[in-house]
Amino acid sequence: MPLNVAVIGSGNIGSDLMYKIFRAKELEMIALVGIDPKSDGLARARKHNVAAIDSGIEGLIARRDLMEKIDVVFDATSAKAHLHNAALLEKEGKFAIDLTPAAIGPYIIPPVNLTEHLEKDVKNVNMVTCGGQATIPIVYAISRVVRTPYAEIVATIASKSAGPGTRANIDEFTETTARGVEVVGGAEKGKAIIILNPAEPPLIMRDTVHAIVEKVDEAKITESIKKMVADVQEYVPGYKLKAEPVFDGNRVSVFLEVTGAAHYLPSYAGNLDIMTAAAVRVAREVAKRRGVAVPVGAGE
Amino acid sequence: MGKYVRITDTSLRDGSHAIRHQFTVDQITRAVKALDDAGVPVIEVTHGDGLAGSSVNYGFSGTDELELIEAACATAKRAKIAVLLLPGIGTIHDIKEAQKRGAKMCRIATHCTEADISAQHIAATKELGMEAVTFLMMSHMIEPPQLLEQAKLMESYGADVVYVVDSAGAQTMDMVKARVSALRQGLDPKTHVGFHAHNNLGLGVANAVVAVESGADNIDGSARGLGAGAGNAATEAIVAVFNKIGIETGIDLYGVADVAEDFIGTELGLTPIVNRSSLIIGYAGVYSSFLLHADRASQKFGVPTHKILEEVGRRKAVGGQEDLIIEVAQELSGKYESGIEEAADKDKIEVSLATAGSPT
Repeated sequence: MPLNVAVIGSGNIGSDLMYKIFRAKELEMIALVGIDPKSDGLARARKHNVAAIDSGIEGLIARRDLMEKIDVVFDATSAKAHLHNAALLEKEGKFAIDLTPAAIGPYIIPPVNLTEHLEKDVKNVNMVTCGGQATIPIVYAISRVVRTPYAEIVATIASKSAGPGTRANIDEFTETTARGVEVVGGAEKGKAIIILNPAEPPLIMRDTVHAIVEKVDEAKITESIKKMVADVQEYVPGYKLKAEPVFDGNRVSVFLEVTGAAHYLPSYAGNLDIMTAAAVRVAREVAKRRGVAVPVGAGE
Repeated sequence: MGKYVRITDTSLRDGSHAIRHQFTVDQITRAVKALDDAGVPVIEVTHGDGLAGSSVNYGFSGTDELELIEAACATAKRAKIAVLLLPGIGTIHDIKEAQKRGAKMCRIATHCTEADISAQHIAATKELGMEAVTFLMMSHMIEPPQLLEQAKLMESYGADVVYVVDSAGAQTMDMVKARVSALRQGLDPKTHVGFHAHNNLGLGVANAVVAVESGADNIDGSARGLGAGAGNAATEAIVAVFNKIGIETGIDLYGVADVAEDFIGTELGLTPIVNRSSLIIGYAGVYSSFLLHADRASQKFGVPTHKILEEVGRRKAVGGQEDLIIEVAQELSGKYESGIEEAADKDKIEVSLATAGSPT
């Protein structure tokens, strides 16, 4: 029996999640939850015979038939809404994967600490930010082989891929990402910068990681980075190094590009794709831990 | 009495680029005292890329900018001390820290199409009791009606002044006139309009005059023109020209000329000029502070600075994308080594200028 999941938030992220969940054989998409009966996302859910609930989380909880089945709930709403949703989900005993900047639960960056918190039976995990998902693996790849007193990330995304939530609260991005660079990435001090570029055609998400390291071992650091890139590619195939890492004194600079899988969102929006892909990766791990059998060759 | 125009001197902020963010407390204290004595009404002190700009990407500050801001605020008797903030780099927390040290004005800058990321910072600035001045950077990249739409957003968030910012020094006088006029005519009469020049095409002071003629009443200058690229419009030259055409600034020409000559020219040994690289920045429409980063990448990768700048322009980089410079230089160095690039150079310049320039 697959793991039954619901998605709260019927916008772009919620819709992309739904399409990724369809592709994961160990997950079953039970419900998409929104607050606008006319939303395109809910219409798409209906088309795919997924329960479309237009009365928010209260509407979902009222559907006891669905609630009995659901194991995991993705929250793709806003930080403020998640504070409300998280309390209700906890009461209902559901595992929450939070894609908002609320960050009630611990951060998860799949190739770094996928199992760490799941082992501790945490009920709410947070996916940091898009820039964090793209860059923290590299910060960790550096800090696991050499002491890293400082790391800084620069995320450049297409203006079109930055939704109103990100725009209204851009400080949440810089602050949450910088914290993730420290807590999960392993840098002693972290900093994050985000830049929106309106060029047409929209540019593919690009990220730079600059780290100041205690001791430069070019071969060892480069090997660790490349291994990490391969690990991320397992769930984000469009994740790649744009160039060889650049070493300059005690600095390492790593240039990345993230092309989205275009399951629903356009391919330039690698920033959104890496968030939804990472969140689905977490749900698949939860499924595995709960003994969901995966048919051979299935899954992504 | 002619029309009054408020001058903001940015030699201690935009000029921070030119000395790679190495101003000391002693330098800032002496410069602020001299500018304040000369009657400059607003003096901006921050890392060149704004609060929290100190980074690998933009260059680390030699001295914590909050110490510099604190020293400036303690020194100025009449002038308001302003700070710069770019949402995405600095945060509201940084504005609060600057305000605690005495800053009275926050200048909040976004790329010219991204005004809506500044709402929370403008609101916070006003709540802190500071004047909120906003910057629409790289304003050559969009047409005046679109620029006005963005300016209206900033006005709706509470901006006291909205600046047309020619970050690339790419605007000719007609372009400045069209943009400043559009804002002056389209914004609430109570909202002030400003203009910030870069001198990459040698038009800094002329553009400042055109801006005032088109309705701007806030103008940025920089002593000796000290700033990114070929620098800004020199404050002392603006004052001299404005004196001649009957525009009041309240600034003593000789006082500000002394700062330019003695402090920046002689002591720091800096005089920005229109050279090949800064000219190409203006001609191709590239963010002025890319200049020294491209110089550095040029040395590391053996690719001429202006080639790097052209390519960065061709890729439609916006302010803050300094990381792209290293990547582009590394890519070009491979092509230079293989000899492919030399042959293609001529065609490429034409293509890049056709796409990146488009100054209409």
